[in-house]
Amino acid sequence: MPRPEVRGVRASLGRVAAMILRHWYLLTSSWPRALELVYWPTVQITLWGFITLYLAEAGGSPLARAGLAFLAAVLLWDTFFRGQLGVSLAFLEEMWARNLGHLFVSPLRPFELVLSLFAMSLVRTLIGVGGAATLAIPIHGFDVTAVLGPALVLFFGGNLLFGWALGLVVAALVLRLGLGAEGLAWALVFLIQPVAAVFYPLAVLPAPLQWIGAALPPAHVFEGMRALVLEARFAGRELVLAFALDVLWLAVAGLVFARLVESARRRGLFLQVGE
Amino acid sequence: MDAEPAIRVRSLGKCYDGRWVVRDLDFTVPRGRVVGLLGTNGAGKTTTIAMILGLLVPSTGEVRVFGHPMPRARYRVLHRLNFSSPYVDLPGRLTVRQNLAVYARLYGVRDPAARIRALAEELDLGEFLDRRTHRLSAGQKTRLALAKALINEPDLLVLDEPTASLDPDSADRLRAHLAAWAARTGASVLMASHDMAEVERLCHEVLILRAGRLVARGRPAELARRYGVRDMEGVFLAIARDREARRAPA
Repeated sequence: MPRPEVRGVRASLGRVAAMILRHWYLLTSSWPRALELVYWPTVQITLWGFITLYLAEAGGSPLARAGLAFLAAVLLWDTFFRGQLGVSLAFLEEMWARNLGHLFVSPLRPFELVLSLFAMSLVRTLIGVGGAATLAIPIHGFDVTAVLGPALVLFFGGNLLFGWALGLVVAALVLRLGLGAEGLAWALVFLIQPVAAVFYPLAVLPAPLQWIGAALPPAHVFEGMRALVLEARFAGRELVLAFALDVLWLAVAGLVFARLVESARRRGLFLQVGE
Repeated sequence: MDAEPAIRVRSLGKCYDGRWVVRDLDFTVPRGRVVGLLGTNGAGKTTTIAMILGLLVPSTGEVRVFGHPMPRARYRVLHRLNFSSPYVDLPGRLTVRQNLAVYARLYGVRDPAARIRALAEELDLGEFLDRRTHRLSAGQKTRLALAKALINEPDLLVLDEPTASLDPDSADRLRAHLAAWAARTGASVLMASHDMAEVERLCHEVLILRAGRLVARGRPAELARRYGVRDMEGVFLAIARDREARRAPA
């Protein structure tokens, strides 16, 4: 009597949980690895905090307000960056470990793998950005939850989702191109930064770049954040646009990932990846 | 589906950029049998195994595992098979227990802790269950790879050079374990190996590839008779050196 296939939502969640467990073991196996999650966001927020302090002393109250927007931008940018890196690195870990062959012969479905990557990215981002945001309170007296209020959750989510989409595309590209292309995990995100309206409004950019920026969710998140901090206005339209674009980009990223996984299956890459 | 062999391969071929690495393969692995897949380096063994496991899409022909076409219907059978290969590793920073726990959950094993305990006892893994995988010796890693391959008590086990890095004593123990396991469970095994003594001891039937084609098949003793040699080592050398292969019918 053949063993029946274990199907259904519960089985699927069990496999996602297994992959989360795998990455949790990895994260907790090395304290430098865990510390690094908080290290870079903390360096960023500390540096920008002192720059903000200097500008406030030199320029008075209006610049002090802009300084708050700068600090919030630093944390929200890091949400996007850590979100992307969380997905890309978790996938790269499987390639470095030469574990993809085992995973793709197990009952784990690609969408379950993706869900586990997203879950681990959320954990890494909460630890990294959350740690930096907490440290900013005693160091600079900057409490991002007080500055942005409940809207912080929406700004965080808007950037995290796009980070996941970009992380998935990077993972798929590295699978297709090989580990020689792993630098994309750190580099691609900075191609987006100049047009993502992180520290300045979209209107500052030349018209063609404004169009590109407007197609990216972070631009709307940062515009919305500045409206709240500088004008005390909740820009709901910007957030609706950000989440609509997130859905679109996640769908595109999912398609790219699925296509490149199938391409890897045609080219026999699952037994060839590794350092 | 119940009457289907564990593996059925028909007209199987794989072509990369105009170069055929596997061509016109036809064979079956009946249920409950241990079948050896032999051939020189580059003969196409790993490519064939990858297509059977659904890791590689064939260019021609088809693979069916328990009657299900691979890789199209792979999720109907992946829970019933498992494998080990020198081309893949388990995450080195995880301990032996953690790696087995993750795969037990991926395969939906009902009581992962009990299964890990049983495998640790069977494969003598107990003393290093909590050691990180990258700290294991080559032989210990091979035993861990086999433990992972047996974690779901598969109906079909695919092994690529299962004893390649083991000393003679460890290799002998592992072969004994595999033979006893296959006999006890009635599982089917497809095993690529360069160790002819291993093949003679474990395999009911042998398939020999050369340059991506199946050039000989049969029981080890029968092949030795056919090629006029003493053992599988002689058969392998005859085929690898291209003396008898063209004369002897596959």
